Amino acid sequence: MRISRKVVLVVLMLFMFGIVAGCGGKAGGGEEILVGINAELSGAVASYGTNARDGAMLAIEQINAEGGVLGKKINAIERDNKSQADEAMSVSADLVGKGIVAQIGPLTSGNVQGCTLVMMDNKIPLIAPAATAVNVTVNEKGETLDYIFRVCFIDPFQGTLMAQFAYENLGAKTAVILKDASSDYGKGLAEYFKKTFTEKGGKILAEEGFVKGDRDFRATLTKIRGLNPDFIYVPGYYEEVAPLIKQARELGITAPMGGGDGWDSPDMIEVAGKANLNNTYFTNHYSVQDQNPKVQKFVKAYKEKYNKEPDAFAALAYDAVQLLAQAIKDANSTNPEDIKNALENIKDFEGVTGRMSIDEQHNPVKAGVIIEFKDGKQVMNTRIEPK
Amino acid sequence: MLELMQQIVNGLSLGAIYALIALGYTMIYGIIKLINFAHGDVMMVGAYIGFFSVSLLGTNIMVAMIFAMIACALLGVIIEKVAYKPLRRATRIAALITAIGVSLFLEYTTIFLLTPQQRIFPQGAFPVHDYNFLGLSVSNKDIFIFISAIVLMIILQFIVKNTKTGKAMRAVSEDKDAAVLMGINVDNTISMTFALGSALAAAAGVMIGVYYNTINPLMGILPGLKAFVAAVLGGIGIIPGAMVGGFILGILETLVSGYGNSLYRDAVAFGVLILILLIKPTGIFGKNTGEKV
Repeated sequence: MRISRKVVLVVLMLFMFGIVAGCGGKAGGGEEILVGINAELSGAVASYGTNARDGAMLAIEQINAEGGVLGKKINAIERDNKSQADEAMSVSADLVGKGIVAQIGPLTSGNVQGCTLVMMDNKIPLIAPAATAVNVTVNEKGETLDYIFRVCFIDPFQGTLMAQFAYENLGAKTAVILKDASSDYGKGLAEYFKKTFTEKGGKILAEEGFVKGDRDFRATLTKIRGLNPDFIYVPGYYEEVAPLIKQARELGITAPMGGGDGWDSPDMIEVAGKANLNNTYFTNHYSVQDQNPKVQKFVKAYKEKYNKEPDAFAALAYDAVQLLAQAIKDANSTNPEDIKNALENIKDFEGVTGRMSIDEQHNPVKAGVIIEFKDGKQVMNTRIEPK
Repeated sequence: MLELMQQIVNGLSLGAIYALIALGYTMIYGIIKLINFAHGDVMMVGAYIGFFSVSLLGTNIMVAMIFAMIACALLGVIIEKVAYKPLRRATRIAALITAIGVSLFLEYTTIFLLTPQQRIFPQGAFPVHDYNFLGLSVSNKDIFIFISAIVLMIILQFIVKNTKTGKAMRAVSEDKDAAVLMGINVDNTISMTFALGSALAAAAGVMIGVYYNTINPLMGILPGLKAFVAAVLGGIGIIPGAMVGGFILGILETLVSGYGNSLYRDAVAFGVLILILLIKPTGIFGKNTGEKV
């Protein structure tokens, strides 16, 4: 008896909540478009979420200043997921209940995966600004998740970009891969690099590995020195890569070396040393130094509004909102289903982080930037458009 | 040929590090028959003390090493008094498990107090020069670590063989009860052994910090295990054996990475441990003494 009364109460409450939420949605339906921002505003990765929120809000402000989308203003509801996957899920459920047409965020791959089920069940598209893990947009069977999109390239794609840079810009014909074999990140980048480099006509002389925690690489490096490659690809994280580069230069290896965004840390310069890092490059999503007018316009507006430099999270979240606005325009509708279909067909969208087209797995095919270490400073070398 | 020579140089400097840690391992085992799995972590604590001495107090590397050795000698004595002494009459497996507990305690206390982030050893602490002999590159830190390992081994051998304390250590090692009857203070002797072994670990820790530039709370695990393999390979409890075992292991690993597959390196190192335990458990320098009945 008691149980059934409780159930009735819960059902009743849910029903009432539904009416309230429905009313809210309907009331806003006429003049504004509700967009949920589910971000890590506190907790372990609060800096990712805060910067992304700032980027997204700037985009919304700019869109609204220009008259909004389809004559309607965008109204953002921002919520903190405390950097936790379960919290991200309840935030999503709450936002969906409020009648959003799409959700921007969360930032980390794990937190996006926390929301996946809610978005799929309610058929509301989610655009992840910075979730780079491969399995964010596909399920375990490899099927694309219909309502999950992202504006950042997946981790392994950096291998493709670096192979293109090494072959075309550095003129490398031979390369050696020395990967972090204990992480999916290192293995994925290595695989894509190898594929693109050999397709272009380059030759991989050897593929070697190391594992997390290694500090002595001289045996492998001595072997590589004997092979005398034009380029050495080292996909891994800075803890291992920094001493590796130092030891390589100490052994007299002068070939250019490259890696992915796992290199992006101030520790690199301190551990490896300024001079040793010269002639090394890594791929990243975006650089504040990019002289592209679109980037500079964004950087200027962001600095004026927040008085700080926009990082990659801010830029990617800005693009996520702009991409959503584009999809709504293309669909000529604010129905989540129509928006999802429009997102799938995005071609050559011009974002701050590069021109992008959404592929069948909901990953953007887009440009990246090559950052070079020059006398202990990170300098943008070039922007690489995928071919 | 040049490549092989370079690989041997690489192997010798890696082996010197293993040898340095293995010395402390083998010494403690030699005296009280305890495999002190916390040895690698004492080394880590030593590296941190050296790091703070250089970065906060601005001392030079030699002073930092002395600080670290004194502090770790004390730490070693405390560990022995708190964790191992109450178990002296217990089974050896109980002491062994306690050693693993001490190891985890040191690792995670350091993580708790100092965060798991790596720290960068100040580059100015030990200016590095690279020498190039006909394409063979050797740096002064390779030479430094190599010579330190040999000098420390000789000092240790001298203490154990030619001093009164050393004589007491050997007596305790042979028969604890008889040693007591001969008027030897067993507690003090064992404390002395731990102090000496831990000071050696601290020296190794500071050297590794200098050598690889970075330190972190879990840096002791893998070198500790490798040093254990080296000690067993040379014959555990035998001081020159630890040295030789360390160099053999270093060169072996280097050759595997250099001429085989770099990812099989650790597998080969631990494969050696299994092989030696199967074929000659007493190690290269070990004598085949039958169990006393």
